[in-house]
Amino acid sequence: MAKTIAEINDRISKGQAVVVTAEEIIDIVTEKGAEEAAREVDVVTTGTFGPMCSSGAFLNVGHTKPRIKLGGGEVYLNDVPAYTGIAAVDLFIGATAVPDDDPRNKAYPGDFNYGGGHVIEELVAGNDIRLTARAYGTDCYPRRRLETWINIADINEATLFNIRNAYQNYNVAVNLSDRTIYTYMGVLKPHLGNANYSTSGQLSPLFNDPLYKTLGIGTKILLGGGIGYIAWHGTQHNPAAPRLDNDVPRRPAGTLAVIGDLKQMKPEWLRGTSMLGYGTTITVCIGVPIPILNEEIVRYTAVRDRDIVAAIVDYSDVYPQGKPDVLGEIDYASLKSGQITVQGQEVPTASLSSYPKAVEIANLLKKWIKAGEFLLTEPVAPLPGVESGIRFKNLEDRPING
Amino acid sequence: MPVSRRIVLHFPRRLVDRPIVYRLIKDYDLEFNILKASVTPEEEGLMVLELKGDQKDYDQGINYLNEAGVQIQALSQNVTRNEIRCTHCGACITICPTAAFELDKKTRVVAFDNDKCIACGLCIKSCPPRAMELHF
Ligand code: SF4
Ligand code: SF4
Repeated sequence: MAKTIAEINDRISKGQAVVVTAEEIIDIVTEKGAEEAAREVDVVTTGTFGPMCSSGAFLNVGHTKPRIKLGGGEVYLNDVPAYTGIAAVDLFIGATAVPDDDPRNKAYPGDFNYGGGHVIEELVAGNDIRLTARAYGTDCYPRRRLETWINIADINEATLFNIRNAYQNYNVAVNLSDRTIYTYMGVLKPHLGNANYSTSGQLSPLFNDPLYKTLGIGTKILLGGGIGYIAWHGTQHNPAAPRLDNDVPRRPAGTLAVIGDLKQMKPEWLRGTSMLGYGTTITVCIGVPIPILNEEIVRYTAVRDRDIVAAIVDYSDVYPQGKPDVLGEIDYASLKSGQITVQGQEVPTASLSSYPKAVEIANLLKKWIKAGEFLLTEPVAPLPGVESGIRFKNLEDRPING
Repeated sequence: MPVSRRIVLHFPRRLVDRPIVYRLIKDYDLEFNILKASVTPEEEGLMVLELKGDQKDYDQGINYLNEAGVQIQALSQNVTRNEIRCTHCGACITICPTAAFELDKKTRVVAFDNDKCIACGLCIKSCPPRAMELHF
């Protein structure tokens, strides 16, 4: 028996919708079977809270008197450079931007205590942000210097626009070399000293709709503790990645581009983050509702950690050199047990993505939907699927003066 | 006057294989308890000792360690966790040499046990949202 999103929304509005998290649905499907579960359950909520570098915010800070054309000039927010290559008072602050005078990795491993991700967290927290700017001056925009406080409450727009979030699967990072390495997957100790992974597994949005059958462009989601939307497929979207029999990809695959009004988001769900020796980033919360349209979809949402595998990759040589080799595959239940075996050696595991926070997000979204405050949207266009033929490409150097 | 102190010793790589503690005990007549010994990611040696003996011998022993190039830190430094910033990701678990972080397998909440912490400082910068704070 198939349901439509309109029917589900009708039940949500009446406060009658049955909503469970992607963790809770597992037992329901096991106990009652997919057919019964699909009949009973209307929505399954997912969640993830992990560092996501391809994140940033567009700000329109308003016009000064006399006017200044920040576009094409230089702008700093709390000393962190913002991108100005757009109209007069539009800016983009990206999560990985760091102040010009940050020593970066000159003092290896660099601390990266403050960057664009932290500016975004502070903006959302309602803190005043110091804007300093230099412009070249034009007839219509004569002013050349600006130093002022700005606050999210006073500026025109603050739009979070993350061009790649919510990676569907990710590598397990290890280090085969004889020295500690500092990566975007955290600190990796020598000789397989630890293994870091980053996903919420069975709660992760794209593991619960592996072939993008319900979510698409325009899908309303929980983003940064507020409301957001799927804007597009994310960069590096790679639906052609190899998959298991349950359609779950065995390698990094689909991604989402997401957008939302920063003004209604919460600082505890957008955390400025520092990866030692690597850079700054931001930890982003995303919760996606999966409408249970039929039995097939409910079966997808019942995916368990032990049904999902990831590739173990050496970050001392294989990853930096762009080699294809993997050290093996491991399922998420084993990763979450705290210890895995790699090349015959026992390796302790740790996560960079927070599972307890993913549970909290899935429950928050569940609460909103149950209360009738969050209606589902019909996607206006699907995300490119396996049939699109889209493949992740490398950049093959073509030397300019070769 | 007899004293009993807990200290953390950081051995630079070049001293890791040298019989420093042995000489400390033998030449300065101090009693000791090894509370913890490990090699950190930077491949420095790290040892937490409880030393007992006469104040004079203790002072001379510490002097010897200083001259040998061992960094000494009293155990009175305190590391705390900013509970608002901690996301319970778990990245610190495999970093801490004394297993001061413990993962609840069911809820996956990460507990921090200050009593096990020797204030080595390794988690401070390895924690992505920088929730761990060192107080002097
Ligand atoms: S690494 Fe930091 S945020 Fe993550 S669990 Fe440890 S203290 Fe909390
Ligand atoms: S400072 Fe951090 S890493 Fe070092 S012992 Fe204490 S908790 Fe563990």
